[in-house]
Amino acid sequence: MYISNFQERRKYNGIWVLCELREGQIVSVSLELLGAAAELAAKRPQAVTAIVLCDKFNDGILQALWACGADRVIAVEDSSLKYFNDEDQAAVLKRLIEKYSPEILLAGATAVGRSLIPRVAVMCHCGLTADCTRLDIENETGALLQTRPAFGGNLMATIRSDSFLPQIATVRPGVMNAVEPQTGRVGILIKEKMLLSEHMGLKKVIGELRSEGLSNYFGSASFIVAGGRGMKGPEGFKLLERFASKIGGVLGATRAAVDAGWAPYGIQIGQTGKTVQPRIYLACGISGQVQHLVGMQSSDMIIAINHDREAPIMSIADIAIVGDVFSVISSLLDALTPVA
Amino acid sequence: MKIVVCIKQVPGVSSVKIDPETKRLIRDGVISVINPFDYYALEEALRLRELHGGSVTVLSMGPQKAEQSIREALAFGADNAVLLCDKHFAGSDTWGTSYVLALAVRKIGDVDLVLCGKQAIDGDTAQVGPGIAAHMKDWPHAAGVSAINGIEDHMLSVNRMIDGGYDECLLTLPAVLSVIKEINEPRVARLKGWLKAEHSLIDIWDADQIGADVNLLGLNGSPTRVVKTTPPKSRDRKTTFFDGSEAESAGKLLYELRIISAI
Repeated sequence: MYISNFQERRKYNGIWVLCELREGQIVSVSLELLGAAAELAAKRPQAVTAIVLCDKFNDGILQALWACGADRVIAVEDSSLKYFNDEDQAAVLKRLIEKYSPEILLAGATAVGRSLIPRVAVMCHCGLTADCTRLDIENETGALLQTRPAFGGNLMATIRSDSFLPQIATVRPGVMNAVEPQTGRVGILIKEKMLLSEHMGLKKVIGELRSEGLSNYFGSASFIVAGGRGMKGPEGFKLLERFASKIGGVLGATRAAVDAGWAPYGIQIGQTGKTVQPRIYLACGISGQVQHLVGMQSSDMIIAINHDREAPIMSIADIAIVGDVFSVISSLLDALTPVA
Repeated sequence: MKIVVCIKQVPGVSSVKIDPETKRLIRDGVISVINPFDYYALEEALRLRELHGGSVTVLSMGPQKAEQSIREALAFGADNAVLLCDKHFAGSDTWGTSYVLALAVRKIGDVDLVLCGKQAIDGDTAQVGPGIAAHMKDWPHAAGVSAINGIEDHMLSVNRMIDGGYDECLLTLPAVLSVIKEINEPRVARLKGWLKAEHSLIDIWDADQIGADVNLLGLNGSPTRVVKTTPPKSRDRKTTFFDGSEAESAGKLLYELRIISAI
């Protein structure tokens, strides 16, 4: 909504975080965003509200949201919210935004966030910045300064959109910090109804298939073990998968490996796959074409294993291991496996 | 089936360079290409036309030179093409862009399906597809579509990628889909197509012709504005090479990982 004067501006207050549930659990990026919202609220005092749209709400979720920084929880519980239906959820969100006038709305840059929030932003005539990696707030004006990588991470752009409220941003999983849960912290709970008119019947989600192999979606993964053409075949990926599960990491792949059929598309990292930013990125048998680098170069620490000392991946790595990737991974696995 | 495919002309990724001194994008010598994801949308549209009949219209907003990308799309076999070109469009963010595209879809008329690539590689927002659906008021959209299963009872059945897997949904038509690479393997344009595309007519529409309110467009009309660009945090550490035997390197790596309690 375009804000033309001070009177209108004053109506808007509070930071909202759209909290996603998966199998009844709050997804980690939502908790990270509550942490980020609490930090913003420390600079410009205002309440932090967690928004939950789900089919089954319970006390455990409520306590966890309060404990992780939500001063208020607005929950909409309805059986139609079991699956992800953009149109219905966008209609509810729009109604809630109009009713409560938040100054800021944050959501995770997940599949849900990146599909639902653009719809909401257009419906509310607001700005939207996708995939932010840094948030700041101007205390006097309330302007949210949203920083995101542009041009494949070659540039960081800082964006503001405070002439239209609320200011809306999706934030990359794994870059903000959740607060240490304060057990027993209590806030407000508001239950809102899903109104019948919001079931628009434009889309029906029939079912979901969350496959075992893809349940390791990157999300807030802190350790990613990725393989490329140098893994030579599906067997190579089995080896990486074993190593990844041993250290609690998740598996990733380059386009070349996916195209060869060694790994599913869901774990492809790079320009035509996903962009990730883990704490540690272990690149195994990956040469480092620019299309791959744009998807992972913002990782905190990059370790590369490659037989070619001159491979491009080596020059952006913090640690570059020159040698046979199979031998290195096998040695790592041996060292991590207790002798019986 | 009347299908519209939205394409965007983008700088080729390997040609994007940052001037080390000014920290600005070097635009000289940048090669323009069709956004890689859009080929999958175009291919899917052509396959739907082969199955159900109808037409495929390529739609793009951009400067005059975007015409070359549109001709490329025509060479693949699209029937019609529209270029949305007006100085008022320049500088629009995703709100304004999806507004303009939606108005054009309305002007084209009787459209059943709009297909977009998952996202453009220069902006990476993935916002324009869902934005078009929202501007069309009650059109549903599905993002991250990995398969179109068919049409049942006037509903389009698709699979889409969600976090950790896929779901299956039915959408009423008309609808907007943004598709991912998994959906198909794009064909190669044939010489005959290129020859035909060279002489195809491209409709060029401005703000007036689609009835756009220019106050909602461009840098001034857009809700978001870029206030600052900075180079990404440079890596302060240099690359440390482990050149010893594999077993030795593995041992050193474990040590490093334990120091930072990564394992």
